[in-house]
Amino acid sequence: MSAQRLKAPAGAWIDRSRRVTFTFNGVRLTGFQGDTLAAALLANDVRLVGRSFKLHRPRGIYSCGIEEPTGLVDVGRGARRTANVRATLIPIHENLVAQSVNCWPSVGWDLAALIGGFAALLPAGFYYKTFKWPSWHLFEPTIRRMAGLGRGSGQSDPDRYEEVAAETDVLIVGGGVAGLSAAVAAAQAGAKTTLLASGAIPGGALGWRGDVEATELLEKARRLGVRLHSRTMAFGIYDHNLVCACETIMPDGSDAASGGVLRERLWKIRARAVIAATGAFERPMVFPDNDRPGVMLAGAAEKYAHAFGVACGQRVVIAANSDSAYAVAKSLRDVGVNVLAVVDRRPPAMIRADSCDGVRAIAGAAIGSVSGTRAVRGCTVIPLGGKPERLQCDLILSAGGHAPTVHLHSQAGGKLRWLDESAMFVPDGPAPGMASVGACAGVFSRGAAADHAAEVGNALARGLAPPPAPIGGASDERVRGTMGRGVSGAGRSLPGTHVPGTPGKQFVDLQNDVTLDDVALAARENYRSVEHLKRYTTTGMGTDQGKTSNINALVAMGECTEREPAQVGTTRFRPPFSPVTLGLIAGRRVGALYRPRKHLPAHAWHEAHGAWFEDFGDWRRPAAYPLAGESLEAAAQRETAIVRKTAGLFDGSPLGKLEVFGPDAARFLDLMYVGTMSTLAVGQARYGLLLNENGTVMDDGIVARLGEQHYWLNTSSAGVDRTAASFEEWLQCEYVDFKVAVTPVTSRWANVTVAGPRAWDWLAAAGFDPALAPDSMKHMTLRESALDGVPLRVLRASFSGELGYEVNLPADHASALLERLWAYADRYGAALYGVEALQVMRVEKGYIHIGTDTDGTTLPGDIGFARAMDRKAAEFVGRRSLLRPAATDPDRLQLVGLTPADGKTLLPVGAQIAASPPPALTEGHVTSSYLSPELGRPVALAMLTRGSQRTGERVRVHHLGTTIEADVVKPPFIDPAGKRVHG
Amino acid sequence: MNYSVWSLLRGALSGHRHWLPAWRTPTPKRTYDVLIVGGGGHGLATAYYLAKNHGISNVAVIERGWIGGGNTGRNTTIVRSNYLYPQSARLYDFSLKLYEGLSRALNFNIMLSQRGLVALAHSRHDLDSMSRWVNAMQMNGIAAELLTREQVGTLAPALDMSLQARFPVLGGLAQRRAGTARHDAVAWGYARAASALGVDIIQNCEVTGFVKRADGRVLGLDTSGGRILADRVGIAAAGHSSVLAKLAGFRLPVTSYALQAMVTEPIKPLLDTVILSPGAGAYVSQSDKGEMVIGAGLDLFPSYAQRGSFAVTQGVLAATLALFPSFGRLRLLRQWAGIVDVVHDSSPIIGPTPVPGLYINCGWGTGGFKAIPVGGWTLAHVLATGANHELAEPFQLQRFITGRFVDEAAASGIAH
Amino acid sequence: MMQLNCPWCGPRDENEFACGGSSHIARPGLAASDQVWGEYLFFRDNPKGVHRERWRHVQGCGQWFNVARHTVTHEVLSVYAVTDAPPKLG
Repeated sequence: MSAQRLKAPAGAWIDRSRRVTFTFNGVRLTGFQGDTLAAALLANDVRLVGRSFKLHRPRGIYSCGIEEPTGLVDVGRGARRTANVRATLIPIHENLVAQSVNCWPSVGWDLAALIGGFAALLPAGFYYKTFKWPSWHLFEPTIRRMAGLGRGSGQSDPDRYEEVAAETDVLIVGGGVAGLSAAVAAAQAGAKTTLLASGAIPGGALGWRGDVEATELLEKARRLGVRLHSRTMAFGIYDHNLVCACETIMPDGSDAASGGVLRERLWKIRARAVIAATGAFERPMVFPDNDRPGVMLAGAAEKYAHAFGVACGQRVVIAANSDSAYAVAKSLRDVGVNVLAVVDRRPPAMIRADSCDGVRAIAGAAIGSVSGTRAVRGCTVIPLGGKPERLQCDLILSAGGHAPTVHLHSQAGGKLRWLDESAMFVPDGPAPGMASVGACAGVFSRGAAADHAAEVGNALARGLAPPPAPIGGASDERVRGTMGRGVSGAGRSLPGTHVPGTPGKQFVDLQNDVTLDDVALAARENYRSVEHLKRYTTTGMGTDQGKTSNINALVAMGECTEREPAQVGTTRFRPPFSPVTLGLIAGRRVGALYRPRKHLPAHAWHEAHGAWFEDFGDWRRPAAYPLAGESLEAAAQRETAIVRKTAGLFDGSPLGKLEVFGPDAARFLDLMYVGTMSTLAVGQARYGLLLNENGTVMDDGIVARLGEQHYWLNTSSAGVDRTAASFEEWLQCEYVDFKVAVTPVTSRWANVTVAGPRAWDWLAAAGFDPALAPDSMKHMTLRESALDGVPLRVLRASFSGELGYEVNLPADHASALLERLWAYADRYGAALYGVEALQVMRVEKGYIHIGTDTDGTTLPGDIGFARAMDRKAAEFVGRRSLLRPAATDPDRLQLVGLTPADGKTLLPVGAQIAASPPPALTEGHVTSSYLSPELGRPVALAMLTRGSQRTGERVRVHHLGTTIEADVVKPPFIDPAGKRVHG
Repeated sequence: MNYSVWSLLRGALSGHRHWLPAWRTPTPKRTYDVLIVGGGGHGLATAYYLAKNHGISNVAVIERGWIGGGNTGRNTTIVRSNYLYPQSARLYDFSLKLYEGLSRALNFNIMLSQRGLVALAHSRHDLDSMSRWVNAMQMNGIAAELLTREQVGTLAPALDMSLQARFPVLGGLAQRRAGTARHDAVAWGYARAASALGVDIIQNCEVTGFVKRADGRVLGLDTSGGRILADRVGIAAAGHSSVLAKLAGFRLPVTSYALQAMVTEPIKPLLDTVILSPGAGAYVSQSDKGEMVIGAGLDLFPSYAQRGSFAVTQGVLAATLALFPSFGRLRLLRQWAGIVDVVHDSSPIIGPTPVPGLYINCGWGTGGFKAIPVGGWTLAHVLATGANHELAEPFQLQRFITGRFVDEAAASGIAH
Repeated sequence: MMQLNCPWCGPRDENEFACGGSSHIARPGLAASDQVWGEYLFFRDNPKGVHRERWRHVQGCGQWFNVARHTVTHEVLSVYAVTDAPPKLG
């Protein structure tokens, strides 16, 4: 037994009266309320926790926080199984189930660990050099099977996430003494202040001390109205000072009720000024086999001892490159842990005489080897020029110095500089909109950090420039006293945490198995830029994002290439600071709430009348109203036949509707449409095409004049938003002196369409004004009318080719009108018809559907509008583009009708027209195709090169390996004279 | 030196001390036959093919940062040739074919992984569009399949196959030869092979101006490392093309946008093919490391910032969860953006510029990675011969004046 | 995510707006040559630096306005009316 619980007062965060049982790799273990999984595992002397990514080496708990590279587990059951959870971050609770990742059959006997035997064959980037012959395809499946760490649940996430937007004057990230000091000062200066702390207990990295100062600051902040959010990790700072943070509501592995629970909350906080007080990570020492379970960060062991009452070992050796090692040694000794020695990499001159205080310091020495594979059993110390000494230890701590957590500063565009004395990158002045304080600014002395933080908080609250961090000048007294108020400081460190020339596997990145040899290989092969280093060796690419490896890797690269760390530089930090769930980021934009569908005002009515709904763009619309056992196609055929024979009822509410008002409305619409709208008499309507400036057909629809200065426009359902936006852009940005207002009214007006030979009889029976009768109201006219006091705009128009009335009425009356009309349906043998029947009918009539028969390359001339343009002399949007050579090319695709030569075979939409089967040069394609119930044979529309010249020609149509012969015809297929629409 | 399992074995016995630099770091000469601006995939491939196909090895690649550090190293690594128009199909399929032989040609494993790409249909209209797409591809001589809903479900079991889903999967289009390749390896492989043929790769060297003769013909470059002369210069700078064009004194029909990509933490294999949903707005694949690689649309405002807007990240991940609801508990590991060079018709520009002697390869927009081999091949051709390669003929600057676009995106309604 | 200051509605998040590209582009008439027309349609400065562009507050007042914005830092240097001449900056 090497790890064990310490006696109180060690264990400030645990409640020893409450035992908690949990399961790890199938074994029931107990811990105390307040333990993290890592703490509880250590307390149970579980050393071997997981396997590394590449070599499957045994690994244990390495840290005590967010930087954990190795202690990854899958937690939870069923749909709540969560992969790659850091054991250092989740609290244990009754019934927690956790499993090691990346091992099979078990973490103890991992088959893939055999790979380790071939490690010499697998240096960084080995895969670039081999597996080329005969083909990577041969090897990839095996490598893929090995990929990944944890295992996903494979089931829909049952939990919920939410998003809250907030604003604040000053936002502090970090709940340590520096952050609290800044918050108090900012609030005292009158600023609206918010503080985010990632831990449950404020006080920052040293929160377990529960010291008076932090408690007082916290109290003060509360009194001053600082908004405090704990368990809230800021993971990114985005443009214009938007800080995004994740608040954990239900920790990973929590057993929740079977229904979804609120798991995490996304905070999007827009702050006038941001203060980063995010602390620092400890830099590990690099020595042979420094990845063995039982090697861990010194600060982590200290925290496990004091906060969780866990001694991670009984006989401790500390590998050091920093004064902080001695503080940890004393701190551990205070709770009864035996510290054998501090093996200090630094020469004696760099070690402060007063720091040792009874701890055995071996200066200028390094660890030469570690014994024990699954748990540390000892190590060899190699003093500078001295004889190796073997130490029997069960825990080796790494105290390589610190690396300020400059992530937010760097994300915000801040620059970094290398501070040689402490061997760390620190912010080089403030970043735009942001200042750093405390350890993340390189200020490790508690007093100096608190004072500076308060000054920064005060300055930013008042909109002043933040004072620079008190670092970098050795003469600065505030900095000199790094141990000034009883807290370990950064002290002096060497850049390298390893001894060059030492043999053995010395890990820089523990998760991805990157060693010093790999870094040297990258240097040798010229992958010297820090980005190349990262990508070639994969250092820093793991789930820990290199929090413990980045600095060591670049320092090592510097040594290999004789460059200072500053010259090597760092990679740019990007969000997220630490991985966050996709669920958190998507928030409530899931299920039906992601791009919500649009529903008809009378959706329920259609549902009750047997509608088969489908998605048409964003709209949910009845495709047809099938009878029992009837297919969609059969229903559409039946509905079409009924409309052609008697009458049908259709809900066209998604049709785009715009109203255009103003003295310049007519002039404006002439500029927007290919057709001329200013010559419309009041009450008249006309079909029009809308182009973009590139001459492409964007939309079409009917324009009706309601008054001298008032137009009613129909557009396609999908195009209305785009068309309205385009009108606004022209009005506001180009024709700025036009007096025109454009109002989109699609959702305000429903559209109930009655079509068929008996359409008017039906309407008349339902009580519509006789003035709307076909003999007094011509095709392509619009009348304002009313029915029982409900205002109507009745347009006589037809997309079906039959006598048609489009009754526009306020949306909330749609169901009532449908119901009223439906009551008379039986009298005419009429039916409801859906989009599918409408499509059949419009194809029979040869009417185009924008986006189906046209695409983003179609010009008006391609669909038969050449003459309409010739008739119009005036300018309109896109006209100039139609004069370019490409627009007048005779080989352009043009709209034609097609009928199968055998009169039977449906020409599939998307089939290609070509002289021979594929591969061949395509001449066009089928755009719309249906069986015509009236003709009893299939009809189709197609875009065909030189189509307008090819009527009567027989062409070949190819679809998925079949060829169908078809004849080019001129649409329409029925009623070419248009007798029916004109009634 | 040759890369093989034998050279690795030798390294294993010798502590891997025998490896040589993958590419040299030369001191720039004063004069070259050809200068390439931009050390991304396209620029490095151009240099390689100049040496390999045309015997012109007195070439330098001038890179402002580190090679492969722009869009080459910032994309979702997808390669495919599923195009509608014959011009595009020829171009991109030529590229895919080069990719298929690239690992051996370069003696560098680029890990081309042809696990297929499936574009999802979420409505009957989508199915019709895909029918056109598949048939057009077959006309272009490229194998493509229309998949049933069941086939898609078998290929990608992690997809939400419920018909009640917001974006129900009704079928799809598959190109089996499509897939992914290791993006960094493409840059490094070309760099190594080009360097071995005598090409100088100059990193950390920024172009500050173009040296021109009185008649306007290009004579070389002014750079942060001094003046370097060559009477032929090629630009392959993607999102920064406009900046260089401005230095050279002309304008391009290009707008620069940030295109985001992101990866999750690695998990055990769940997704064996590339899934693209034009409707929902995301594409997803799983890397050989186990990370889910996710990409989507542009940040729709001009930008040279390689960050990406959080609003777009949210949309992309919402789209991803609409397709793969089980990914909600996965964690986002890294997110970044590349600066892409978008032109009106989403097709490239490969050929001469208004400046005599200066040639350009740009306009690939969101799809430059898959075109690296052909982009290099065709730019090298025009640099070496002064005449456009036949494949590049439809992709000239002049089309923005004549209107003869090759508008894949507009034709298919799908971003390319 | 940027925050733009709509002249009518005040500061709002970027996703309430739509960018309409470069401002101050003069529209030639029908008589323009193919060259001039093509340049008007497609050829832009696309600067790496300050870009004068127009935005519309789509999810708000619907109004267009001009913005001078840095395309690397995304810093907004000026917001001004569509009809205003480009302001002199720094």
